[in-house]
Amino acid sequence: MTKIESWGRLSTPAHTLVTLSSVTNAPDIIANTRGPSLPYGNGRSYGDSCLNPSGTLWETRTLDHFISFSSETGLLTCEPGVLLADIQRLLIPRGWTLPVTPGTQLITVGGAIANDVHGKNHHRHGSFCDHVTALELARTDGKRLTCSKEHNTDWFTATAGGLGLTGVILSATIQLKATCGPWLTTESIPYHSLDEFFLLSDESESEWEHTVSWIDCTSQRGVRGIFMRGNPSPRRDIPEERPQKLSLPFIPPMSLVNRLSLPLFNSIYFHQQSKRAGVQIQHYKPFFYPLDAIKHWNRAYGRRGFYQYQSVVPRKHREDATAEMLNEIKRSGQGSMLAVLKTFGTRQAPGLMSFPMEGVTLALDFPNRNTTTLKLFARLDAIVREAHGRIYPAKDARMPRELFELGYPNLPKFQRFRDPGISSALSRRLTGS
Amino acid sequence: MKHIVIVGATSAMAEHCARIWAEREDCLFSLIARDQERCTRIQKDLETRNPNAQCRLYQVNFTDPAAISELITRVSEIPVDIALIAHGTLPDQQACEEDLSLCEHTLTINGSSPVMFAEAFAKQMAPLDHGHIALIGSVAGDRGRKSNYVYGAAKGLVTRYAQGLQHRFAKTGVRVTLVKPGPTKTPMTQAMANTDSFADVHEVAQQILNAIDSRREIAYVPMKWALIMMIIRHLPRIVFNRMNI
Repeated sequence: MTKIESWGRLSTPAHTLVTLSSVTNAPDIIANTRGPSLPYGNGRSYGDSCLNPSGTLWETRTLDHFISFSSETGLLTCEPGVLLADIQRLLIPRGWTLPVTPGTQLITVGGAIANDVHGKNHHRHGSFCDHVTALELARTDGKRLTCSKEHNTDWFTATAGGLGLTGVILSATIQLKATCGPWLTTESIPYHSLDEFFLLSDESESEWEHTVSWIDCTSQRGVRGIFMRGNPSPRRDIPEERPQKLSLPFIPPMSLVNRLSLPLFNSIYFHQQSKRAGVQIQHYKPFFYPLDAIKHWNRAYGRRGFYQYQSVVPRKHREDATAEMLNEIKRSGQGSMLAVLKTFGTRQAPGLMSFPMEGVTLALDFPNRNTTTLKLFARLDAIVREAHGRIYPAKDARMPRELFELGYPNLPKFQRFRDPGISSALSRRLTGS
Repeated sequence: MKHIVIVGATSAMAEHCARIWAEREDCLFSLIARDQERCTRIQKDLETRNPNAQCRLYQVNFTDPAAISELITRVSEIPVDIALIAHGTLPDQQACEEDLSLCEHTLTINGSSPVMFAEAFAKQMAPLDHGHIALIGSVAGDRGRKSNYVYGAAKGLVTRYAQGLQHRFAKTGVRVTLVKPGPTKTPMTQAMANTDSFADVHEVAQQILNAIDSRREIAYVPMKWALIMMIIRHLPRIVFNRMNI
């Protein structure tokens, strides 16, 4: 048994690890594993969706071969353990990029599909699985299915955002997007109210491919934050800097993010970024993946780990629900520097269990302070429930089952496509099996 | 175009070396492995990473001297710039103690087989006065320990052999590098306990390439193993015998 923790480091349960060393023998291994098992990629899910305490984890990271790529069509086929970072590093110089990428590139393709991840360009390009044209699924009964939007469509929509519960992905084909290079024209604009944020979002969506904002969850003078938007830049004449390798080499005994440090950090960050406001040329790495530069940044929250709370509320409740949630958070004095507010576009999500829907999503890290933190979440849940919103399972370690059922009305249909040999801590918590 | 021959091309360490080479420059790879299906997958992967990379696949009986000699002669028709000899198995020590044929197989596949390959390359490289032979040894070859001394003995054989080969080629254009990896997280070591502390295979591969690039004779990867093994080699027997390693 090996102790495995998820990115939030809330617990370190023991697991039996089984490495899937090749796609040839993986279906046999999957079919012959006894007891509930779960595919496990790079362990970047925050909560318990990638954990299976006392059970088996099939490690898919070793299934990391590229299978084919056409530089004419941009179609890439690869195994599920390939990291998004590998795709970006190799193919951006050749003029192709992932059309959708989340805030870290250190996740596997399999994980990106299982959580139907989204990025800063949701209003334009939807979520990850919108660009997956086909995938191959191995089930614990020994069956193998090729799924796409044309064949085995039901299986495809269940697997997109299906949290790894429908089977093990053996390969995926992704339609990449043509790009002019690694640079982006970006602009950052300080804002001082929620109205200003929504105005900036709405007016930016037609002209800018990427929009996102950092929000100060502690500010006593109303809402403030930094709105960031970006478009691919054709610049090719800038030399790429060697990335700095930073790491948090130890786990501090207490969270470095606390009541004292947080308002200070946030204030410094806001004023620093306000001074730097304006248009600039930025490399895609610091723009898309700022935290990837610090290895083990999740240790900053100390031994007790942290939660991330990410919710989305529909467009019609976006102003009042967001204001209420921010008020609750401010009043609680909890939160962290990592607070993101972003609007989602109108596109229909590709998966039965996909998280994105038209509206606004708020994501915040919270150092684990046990019941104090959980009580705050209960208050936030009430706002999300009232607004008919939902919570992102990839980040979750605690949402109540009834909120999950309300937020994901396709759940009963999804359950029919579950693989009975696969189960996670999250699936047991939220679906009973 | 650099011609790189990889013996044991499906070994995780060798594969990661090949990936770095392919991403760095256009190479011709001659991949020698038992499992041709996996080798084909590696070929596709390398050719996707670098569309200008070329791969040729070869299969051979790794313990047959005549077959090895014939294959390496054939492969060397295009002069070899780098030969990475990376194949091996890691059996359970206790199983080796109980089963002499497993013991013999371990010694052959980790000891005399790589030596035969290296010798075959040496024969081809010597007249050209060009080429670089890199052998993957192991820290296990530095001092016999109860936990893996059969494997360690085979790797020790490779160490002594590499030393001799380096002596032979000292004043020539042929280079010989002996790489001694510490415990590394690969499919070969997955059955072992506490793999958490094992080195990342991609980082190990990067350091193997660094050692080859800088033409080092002996390279411990990660480097900390040079110090650890120096201590272990010099531990007095009275202390060593009390240790459960």
